[in-house]
Amino acid sequence: MRITIDRDRCIGSGQCVMTAPGVFTQDDDALVALVPGHEDGSGDPRVLDVPMACPVQAIEISEG
Amino acid sequence: MTETEIRPTGSPAPSFPLDRKCPYQPPQAYADWRGDSPLSRVTLVDGREAWLVTGHAEGRALLADPRLSSDWGHPEFPVVVQRTEDRGGLAFPLIGVDDPLHARQRRMLIPSFGVKRMNAIRPMIQSLVDRLLDDMLAKGPVADLVSAFALPVPSMAICELLGVPYGDHDFFEERSRDFVGAATSAEADAAFAALYGYLFELVAKKQADPGDGLLDELIARQLEEGALDHNEVVMIALVLLVAGHETSVNAIALGALTLLQHPEQLDVLLRDPAAISGVVEELLRFTSVSDFMVRMVKEDIEVGGETLKAGDALVVSISLMNRDAKAYEDPDTFDIRRSAKHHVGFGHGIHQCLGQNLARAEIEIALGTLFARIPGLRLAVPLDEVPIKAGHDAQGPVELPVTW
Repeated sequence: MRITIDRDRCIGSGQCVMTAPGVFTQDDDALVALVPGHEDGSGDPRVLDVPMACPVQAIEISEG
Repeated sequence: MTETEIRPTGSPAPSFPLDRKCPYQPPQAYADWRGDSPLSRVTLVDGREAWLVTGHAEGRALLADPRLSSDWGHPEFPVVVQRTEDRGGLAFPLIGVDDPLHARQRRMLIPSFGVKRMNAIRPMIQSLVDRLLDDMLAKGPVADLVSAFALPVPSMAICELLGVPYGDHDFFEERSRDFVGAATSAEADAAFAALYGYLFELVAKKQADPGDGLLDELIARQLEEGALDHNEVVMIALVLLVAGHETSVNAIALGALTLLQHPEQLDVLLRDPAAISGVVEELLRFTSVSDFMVRMVKEDIEVGGETLKAGDALVVSISLMNRDAKAYEDPDTFDIRRSAKHHVGFGHGIHQCLGQNLARAEIEIALGTLFARIPGLRLAVPLDEVPIKAGHDAQGPVELPVTW
């Protein structure tokens, strides 16, 4: 799984962190970041729900 | 230029908004808009017709669409409350402006409301909730849950966060209430002027003698660097102070009321306190404290088989989106075990609530602790005697008499 994050779009709502906390986090600016070592989603099925949870379409998921 | 359209049928579209009868249910008359069509036509307070969006998917797509505007200062921006008709182009930071100005303002504030920061202040919220419940129990066994608990929790928390002295809370709680809930322009304007004057002086004081709140950070980082002027800092403070007062108070009070009216659901929570975060999400979906949001169409948009034209007024019905049967099974049932994910209780798109994680922390800690400490809590009056706010206002009880 490939996760693409767009920090320019991010509004820091934290929906991604709430939905899949093991994979998504916020940096010191409270913008979206991936948890180191879990950039591929670590097989967490909740990651699939994150693009829909994000209010500003800042997260995309693709296979591979 | 008038935006009012003439309906070919000759019959005016129904009025919006209406007052709720039951504090946690949309008005019965809204049922007419809950059919297959995701958009309807309504008439606003000044006679202008507007689109009413009721479909969950369509509403989310629209709220995330940059062709909609939140520019309250635009002369053609729709009016939903009589008293705001003469607001005269006043630009409210964050909520009343579009990108790129909105993004610049929001970016400055995001770190102060981030997930980590909100987790870090949970012990502060817990301790003030404990203190307020100690006081309420000592004075009991009757109380107005709004003034004794639901209001001071978010009021104290936002003061602590902003660096506004809570000692002045009677002053700004009252003005904040009047500003949002006033029936006339004159009352709202007077409340606004009083709040503005208070915060203008506070910002000046903080420039001379800095503290450690969010306002102090804003002043230090932005005002001194010239990125923000004094007026903008004051207006941001005003928006955050009012937003911090007029939202969570309703969510806590209406949440408590909804749980009291659904004892079998409350029982699940009492037996499993860890369920509280799911309970809060379902409450946010089911009660929709912010019942609707207003936008203006900037460019033509095709949606749900209709064409929204540039200049059209648009109202997004948060309460009906949250109860769209295409998105939630059995949507009118309050069920704390369901997944309420993708609810729009905090809105959607770039304007989705900045303070949502503060609100979640406040509501979770307030309701979780309230029912853990007073499991025998009950209403002191029949439900239909609980006074509630007008349809244009944030939804919630004005007072909530309880006993135990």
